[in-house]
Amino acid sequence: MTVEARKIEAARSRLEPEAMARRDFLGLTAWWSAAVALLFGFLGAMRLPKAAVLPSPSRKFKVALPPSLAAGQAYVPTGRSVALYKEGSQVYAISTICTHLGCVVKATDSGFDCPCHGSKFGRDGSVLKGPAPKGLPWREVKHLGGDNFLVDEGKTVATGTTVSV
Amino acid sequence: MNGVAGKQPTGGATALGRFMENLQAVPRRFAETMFRTGKPQSDRTRSTFVFGNVFLHLHPVRIHRWSLRWSTTWGLGIAAVSCFFVLVVTGVLLMFYYKPYPDVAYLSIKDIHFVVPTGRFIRNIHRWSGNLMVVVVLLHMARVFYTAAYRSPREFNWVMGMGLLVTTLGLSFTGYLLPWDQLAYWAITIGANIAQSPREVTDALGITEWFDVGGLQKLILLGSEEVGEEALIRFYLFHVMILPLILIALMTVHFWRIRKDGGLARPADADSRLGPPAAGVYPVFTEAPQKTYSLAAIVKGRTPAVGSGPEQTVPSMPHLMFGEAAVFMLTIVLSVVFAILIDAPLKEVANPAVPENPAKAPWYFLGLQELVSHSAFMGGIGIPMIVLIGLGLIPYLDREIAGTGVWFGGPGGRPLVVRSTVFGLAAVLAVEAFVIRFGWIRQWWPGVPQMVITLLNPGTVLTVFYAAYSVWSLKKYDSTRAGALALFTCFICGFVVLTVIGTYFRGPNWDFYWWPSQWPGH
Repeated sequence: MTVEARKIEAARSRLEPEAMARRDFLGLTAWWSAAVALLFGFLGAMRLPKAAVLPSPSRKFKVALPPSLAAGQAYVPTGRSVALYKEGSQVYAISTICTHLGCVVKATDSGFDCPCHGSKFGRDGSVLKGPAPKGLPWREVKHLGGDNFLVDEGKTVATGTTVSV
Repeated sequence: MNGVAGKQPTGGATALGRFMENLQAVPRRFAETMFRTGKPQSDRTRSTFVFGNVFLHLHPVRIHRWSLRWSTTWGLGIAAVSCFFVLVVTGVLLMFYYKPYPDVAYLSIKDIHFVVPTGRFIRNIHRWSGNLMVVVVLLHMARVFYTAAYRSPREFNWVMGMGLLVTTLGLSFTGYLLPWDQLAYWAITIGANIAQSPREVTDALGITEWFDVGGLQKLILLGSEEVGEEALIRFYLFHVMILPLILIALMTVHFWRIRKDGGLARPADADSRLGPPAAGVYPVFTEAPQKTYSLAAIVKGRTPAVGSGPEQTVPSMPHLMFGEAAVFMLTIVLSVVFAILIDAPLKEVANPAVPENPAKAPWYFLGLQELVSHSAFMGGIGIPMIVLIGLGLIPYLDREIAGTGVWFGGPGGRPLVVRSTVFGLAAVLAVEAFVIRFGWIRQWWPGVPQMVITLLNPGTVLTVFYAAYSVWSLKKYDSTRAGALALFTCFICGFVVLTVIGTYFRGPNWDFYWWPSQWPGH
C-alpha cells in the first residue's frame, strides 16, 4: 500500500467506521447486564441494615412536677433527657442532649454545662461558649391538670414557648 | 531390617515382613511427604521450601540484601501482621465467653476478667496488641513515606496501605464499645454523633429536611437513635466479621503487590552502598537456576531477578524467614509484657443518663477529639478526609526519582525534615496556646453563624498554616517531594501534639489542666 492509498483508507475508515461485530456487542451487553444486576442486587441487600422500626422507647411521657419545685430550678425526670422548669404559672421543657456530640448536659444555676467538650448554654438553651452548633431545643409540654404534664421529647417547639398552669 | 531402608521397600521375604518394614518407616515417610522437597540445604531446596509451600509462597524465593537491613524497614510491616495474628487468636478466645447484649456484655467481660482461667491475661494481650497495631501501622506509614518507597511502581500499594490504616482504626473503634462500660458507652456516643455531624453543615445551609447524610450515617451505624442493643450487635458484627474480612482482603493485595512491584524500594546504587556480601552469607547460585527464573520471565514488572542481576540476593530461607520470626516473637513479647504490667481498663457499667466527665475516646482519636471540641464536622470528618485524600495523592503528585529508598531522601532531605518538625511543633503549640488562653469565636461573639466557625476554627487554621508552609517548601526546593516532606512532617507533629494535649491536659468539661491532680471533684 502506498502512502496515498493508506491516507485514503484512513479517511474512509473515519467516515464509515466498521460496525461493531455482533459477537462483541452481545458480549459487552452480557457483561454490562451482569454488572448492573449485581449492583442493584447489592443495593437491594443494603436496604436490610437500614432499620424500618427503631427500637427507641416512646418519646412521650407523663410527669408530675413536685410541688416544692422552686422557680428556675431544673427538674429532670429519671431516665429522660429533658429539664422541666416552672416560673410562676409558666412551665416549659428544654432538651438536655448537647447539640454538639450528644452528651447529657448538666443544668446549673447559670444554664447548662456539657461535660464532654465544654459547651455552655444559657438559661434559655442558647449557646454561650464551646463547639455546640445550635442552642438546646425546647420540647413540647401539655398541661393535664394539677401538677401533671405531658412532655414530648420528640417534638421541638420555638424557644420561649411555655404552657400556663 | 533396621528401618532406615531407602525410598523403596527392600522387598522383605514375606508380605508381613514388608508390612512391618513400612510400619516402621511411617514417621519418617510422613515427615518427608509433608515437606515434599526435603530439608532447605541447597539453593534449590531453599527455593522450593518457599515456593512449594502455600503459606510461604507470598514470599520471594530470593531477596535483596538491601531489603534485609533492619534500617530499611525496622520490620514494621511484619510487626503489624504479627499483631493481627495475635489479635485473631486472642479475639477468638475471648469470643468463647463474650455475650454481645447490653449489661450482659459488661458482666461477661467481668467474668472474663475475674473468673475465666487466664481470661484477664488474654483480654490484656488483646488490648495491648490492638494498641500496638495502631502504633506500628502509623510508624510503618511514616517509614514508607520517609524512604519515598511509595513511588512508581508502588503508588497503588500506598493507597492499599491507607485502606489498611482506616480498617485498623475501625477495628479499634468498634472493639472499644464491646465491654459496655461507661468509657465505651460515651466514646461511642461521641463517635456516632461525629458520624451525624454533617448535619452541622446541612443545618447551617437549611437542607437537612431532604438531604440528611449525617442522620443516615448514624442510623446505619447504630440501627437506632441511641447507643443500645442494636448498636452493640452491629459493632460486634463489624469487629469480629466484616472488618477482619476486609482487612484480610486488603492485606492479601498489599503483600501480593509488594512481590509484583519488585520487592521493597531501594536506591539505584544499593549494590555499591552494600558492598560485597559478608563471609558466611550463603553463596549465590551454586546450582543452575530452576523454575523461579522461568516464572520471573513471564511476570510483568520489575522483579528483583530481572534487570539488576541476582548478585546481591540471598535465599529467603533462612535469611528473610529468620528475620520475620524474630519480629513476630518481639511483637508477642511486647504485647505480653504490657499485658502483665498493665490491666485493660473496665469502668462501671454503661449509664446512658450520666456521661463520663471527661468522656475520652481511645488515645489515637484524642487528637481528633481536640479538633472536634471546636467543630464536630471539621474535626471529625472534614479534616480527617482532607488528611486521607492528601496522603493518598502523595505518590501521584511526587513523581520524582531522587532519593527513593533512602531515609529522608529527596531535595531538602534531613535538614528540611528538622526544620519542618520545628515549624510543625511551633504552629500547633501556638494555635493551642492561643485557644486555651483566649478561647475562640463563639466565646467572643456568641451570635456568630455556625458556618463561620465550621470554616474558621483552630483545626482549619492549623491546616492552612501547614499547607502554606508546604507550598513554600515546594517552591524553595523546586520539588514536590520537598513539599510532601514538609507537609507529612507537620502532620505527624500536629497529630502527636494534639493527641498528647487531648490525653494528658484535658480534664472535666474538656478544660485545660496541667496535671490530672488539679481536676475538680477528684
